[in-house]
Amino acid sequence: MMSARDKFLAEAAKRILVTDGAFGTEIQNWKLAEADYAGNLGLSHEQKGNNDILALTKPEVPEAIHRAYFEAGADIAETNTFSANRISQADYGAEHLVREINVESAKLARRLADEFEAKDGRPRFVAGAIGPTNKTLSLSPDVNDPGYREIDWDTLVDVYKEQAAALVEGGADFILIETVFDTLNAKAGIMAVRKLEDELGREVPIMLSMTLTDLSGRNLSGHTVEAFWYAVRHARPLTIGLNCSFGATQLRPHVKSLSEIADTLIMIYPNAGLPNELGEYDEMPDTTAGFVGEWAVAGQVNALGGCCGSTPAHIAAIARKISGMAPRAIPALKPETRLAGLEPFAIAAE
Amino acid sequence: MTSTPSGARFVNIGERTNVTGSAKFKKLIMAGDYPAAVEVARQQVENGAQVIDVNMDEGLLDALEAMTTFLKLIAAEPDIARVPVMVDSSKWDVIEAGLKCVSGKPIVNSISMKEGVEPFLAQAKKCMDYGAAVVVMAFDETGQADTKERKIEICARAYDLLTGIGFPPEDIIFDPNVFAVATGIEEHDRYGLDFIEAVAEIRQRCPHVHFSGGLSNLSFSFRGNETVRRAMHSIFLYHAIPAGLDMAIVNAGQLDVYDQIDPALREACEDVIMMRRPGVGEDGKTSTERLIDLAESFKGKDAVAEKAAEEWRGWDVVKRLEHALVKGIDAYVVEDTEEARAAIFARGGRPIEVIEGPLMGGMNVVGDLFGSGKMFLPQVVKSARVMKKAVAHLIPFIEAEKEAGAKAKGRIIMATVKGDVHDIGKNIVGVVLQCNGYEVIDLGVMVPWSKILESANENDADIIGLSGLITPSLDEMVTVAEEMQRAEMTIPLLIGGATTSKVHTALRIDPAYKGPVIHVLDASRAVGVASQLLSDTQAEGFVTTVADEYEKVRVARAGKGQSELLPIADARANGFKPDFALKPGAPVQPGLHTFEEWDLADLAATFDWTPFFRAWELAGNYPAILNDEVVGESARNLFADAQAMLTKIIDEKWLTAKGVCAFWPAHRDGDDVLLEDGTRLPMLRQQVKKSRDRANFCLADFIDTQDDWLGGFAVGIHGIEPHLARFQAAHDDYSDILLKALADRFAEAFAERLHQHVRTKLWGYAPDEQFTNEALIREEYRGIRPAPGYPACPDHSLKPILFDLLKAQDNAGIVLTESQAMLPTAAVSGFYFAHPDSQYFGVARIGRDQLEDYAGRRGIDLPTAERWLRPNLD
Repeated sequence: MMSARDKFLAEAAKRILVTDGAFGTEIQNWKLAEADYAGNLGLSHEQKGNNDILALTKPEVPEAIHRAYFEAGADIAETNTFSANRISQADYGAEHLVREINVESAKLARRLADEFEAKDGRPRFVAGAIGPTNKTLSLSPDVNDPGYREIDWDTLVDVYKEQAAALVEGGADFILIETVFDTLNAKAGIMAVRKLEDELGREVPIMLSMTLTDLSGRNLSGHTVEAFWYAVRHARPLTIGLNCSFGATQLRPHVKSLSEIADTLIMIYPNAGLPNELGEYDEMPDTTAGFVGEWAVAGQVNALGGCCGSTPAHIAAIARKISGMAPRAIPALKPETRLAGLEPFAIAAE
Repeated sequence: MTSTPSGARFVNIGERTNVTGSAKFKKLIMAGDYPAAVEVARQQVENGAQVIDVNMDEGLLDALEAMTTFLKLIAAEPDIARVPVMVDSSKWDVIEAGLKCVSGKPIVNSISMKEGVEPFLAQAKKCMDYGAAVVVMAFDETGQADTKERKIEICARAYDLLTGIGFPPEDIIFDPNVFAVATGIEEHDRYGLDFIEAVAEIRQRCPHVHFSGGLSNLSFSFRGNETVRRAMHSIFLYHAIPAGLDMAIVNAGQLDVYDQIDPALREACEDVIMMRRPGVGEDGKTSTERLIDLAESFKGKDAVAEKAAEEWRGWDVVKRLEHALVKGIDAYVVEDTEEARAAIFARGGRPIEVIEGPLMGGMNVVGDLFGSGKMFLPQVVKSARVMKKAVAHLIPFIEAEKEAGAKAKGRIIMATVKGDVHDIGKNIVGVVLQCNGYEVIDLGVMVPWSKILESANENDADIIGLSGLITPSLDEMVTVAEEMQRAEMTIPLLIGGATTSKVHTALRIDPAYKGPVIHVLDASRAVGVASQLLSDTQAEGFVTTVADEYEKVRVARAGKGQSELLPIADARANGFKPDFALKPGAPVQPGLHTFEEWDLADLAATFDWTPFFRAWELAGNYPAILNDEVVGESARNLFADAQAMLTKIIDEKWLTAKGVCAFWPAHRDGDDVLLEDGTRLPMLRQQVKKSRDRANFCLADFIDTQDDWLGGFAVGIHGIEPHLARFQAAHDDYSDILLKALADRFAEAFAERLHQHVRTKLWGYAPDEQFTNEALIREEYRGIRPAPGYPACPDHSLKPILFDLLKAQDNAGIVLTESQAMLPTAAVSGFYFAHPDSQYFGVARIGRDQLEDYAGRRGIDLPTAERWLRPNLD
């Protein structure tokens, strides 16, 4: 049987794939109460806002959202597990449920993906989403002590590995390390997946997605898009890309430069514009689709979707917009030593 | 196969953050003074280190703790963290702890097969998982590689093992061990040379790898004698870099300039390191013994050197400034500059003379030393810094001299667009505008649109000016205009450069941007345009006039007035049919010919000077222009300056002319030229309907359908950068432009001379031709050399094919940008057609039918073909 990687590559060679949109803003529409979140798990902390735990307490919510995105035309479902790691769940007193949340979330997405694939024969994929946690390996939270770190590498690798193992157990095809604001966190994520691969004795393909925190095109740890790519290229990721950040308009130059240097697939899923004064996203689906469609026209992307503020209507608009457009051709890079600090540094081949 | 020369050639790794290499750093770390230790790292980066080596291997230190503490601290310093780190330790656990703190892509220094293959590969796998390049020591189970053979054997074995587990070869850096020479033990005599020779061989055997070496071992026998050690290190680098050494852990401040090493010492060191005089000489001594004898006289020179260090402070100020520039010492430069300024002021001179005189003089020396490989990049960076400090001190004086209260008339952003590297014209315009009181922010060459817009916004610019020379730049200018529109900007956009035109501006750029778009024909018009655009009273009228003019151009184009196009089949039927009985024979010397260093004096003698004056916007033909009533005087002055610089270029070998040409058996296949190796070169045919007798030409017409030949060539003028750098450092735009214009002349002359050599010798179809230079310039000879991107062959994208055939990057050092501009900028390439009837022509406008046919023949999609052939399309 074809591996998930090969199946994905085969589809991506034919067309631009569509990944799904936001969960957070969709869940808000359900106007859930504390009881909905908490269920009968008997947890000591308040659970309202713990979106990931719905996989255990109200699975019909994530299920309905996955279904809506597949119906809108998505090829890829990202599991609702952005915060389903030991560090973030500790805030809800739910760290002992990390494995269960991830296994159940992945199973749910898998079931729907298989259901839709069975219907029309078009392959659907499940990307097990791993968020950055709220701790950073590169920066000190204490301005007076720049050498201090809230977390260390080995701990973070364990945290990521626990989550990644559960996602794969539940049926995820890939591990999507997303919203990377700290490049070193992402490198720990890559190491976690490598360790998992060694244990499983098989490949677990990685998808990587960086988020930019300033308009000059750097993430929070200070890496430029190019430096980030050099720092994580050893992951041999199935896709590399950008998500969240700002809206599509602000991402344009960075998508272009990444598409020129990355010798792998590009996946971009930006926010639906910038939030308004009330913190709401009000960019219309066709507007978003128009912006991201430009990358498709320019041959700069292989997969598109949405992040904060995007809805099934946005994804449907994107799917319509890019239907029939040719995917980006992956460029071949000449062998060259590509190092990076916060900025890229290449040593020329003779 | 486009490439941009972004990468570094020789990587300078800073060693001051290494406790084994720097006593000062060790002291700071031992004392726990990390803030001061971080400053050491910052200075290193400021001084030009491109990678910083961090090593905490000291017996009394908790190396793991010190490594992680220090790496976390420098991660918080963007000035330092911008460069990659080399995690350096002999202990793997220290390296691994370090890797857990480094967020970019670092280098591990080092791993080896010392403990066997298994741990070696386990560590290599970890490096892959952490995402690190790795230094591999030439060390195996039986010990360190000492001889050349062992070095090669171990490195080759390590290479095969590493690539066997999927380790990227470009991430391997071999350290084939620099050992001490001149130890008195005969077996050690070859150590220096063995290293250099091993590097050269391993580089052939193991594609894509790099080489590093620690220099301090080499001179170990002379410890305590810094003068000799420094000399040895510099000489070693001088020979090892050309062999392939591409990084070294060095203290840039402790390298000597090759030329400035005491000649006797240099000779003696070179004899030892390069084994130039093996055995016992006539004086009964070995090279080592001679160096040891000589070293005695330099012993204690540290004290002497210190005294010398004081001594130069007693020289006159001009010599002091030169010394400071060459040595990169910035400690006294401000006071020395002030002294020079005060002296010049006292005799009624101007502050700018300090720059033009002593400072430029010093920078000339630095530029020459660097250009001839006798000074290394980090030293030059330091020199430039000294210069900058000196200039910074002078600027307030220079400013004060200007009219008090004079305010810039407007702020103009100028840039050569992305993909293009030509900037002579842009620089001229910039200078002209500045002389007329405009503030010009020059963003340089290959500038992406995002940077242009960003800079315009940040600087609140009044006007943006774009320049470009090659045809793909036209499209890029449209992109900039579109992006300005998207950003809802309103400031005027000026368009200039050789391929730009009023028609293109009107048809393509103007419609893309709602703000004013003005094509500026040449530099002399720039001031008029800028002043009208920024005038309160004239701007509106001027903008309207230009807009109307462009509208007229568009209407005229849309209407008839256009010549009729033939269907491509008809154009082919009317192709040119030469008499192939006259076709040239096979080349006398077929194959590929390279020219490493064509004599510059020979080229200078055949210059076509007319375009040179045109570059300076002086109209007229040489030599008549020198006596022209209007521009004669300017032309004479310019010509004299050019001659003076030309003499220097030749005498001091500023430039190197490298070239390649080749001949291939070929035949015509439709409108394609097909080479024997299967390479297909599709050509374009004139499609405009001709009057009765004229043919619709296509370059393929000049090639027979069987048994014919095609040639190709590429020539480039190298070495301009250090000279431009010193001109730019001195804000000497005049010399900068002069040199670029002369380099262009060299390239053109080289193309002409090489063509002559081809006709008379290599291809040899016109062995007896005799032409005067004037006749050559008039192209009276037989055969043509059309270039891709020019009228007879308008598709720039044939260049990569030509370059692959010629291996032009290897053979002539020329690379192509994404828009197929050649680097170095002064370069010419093209095809040779030798049939006596072959002639130049312009393809001009072509139809959709030919475009589609051509895209098919070229194997490119239609949008790509449209992009490259835009100027030939409606």
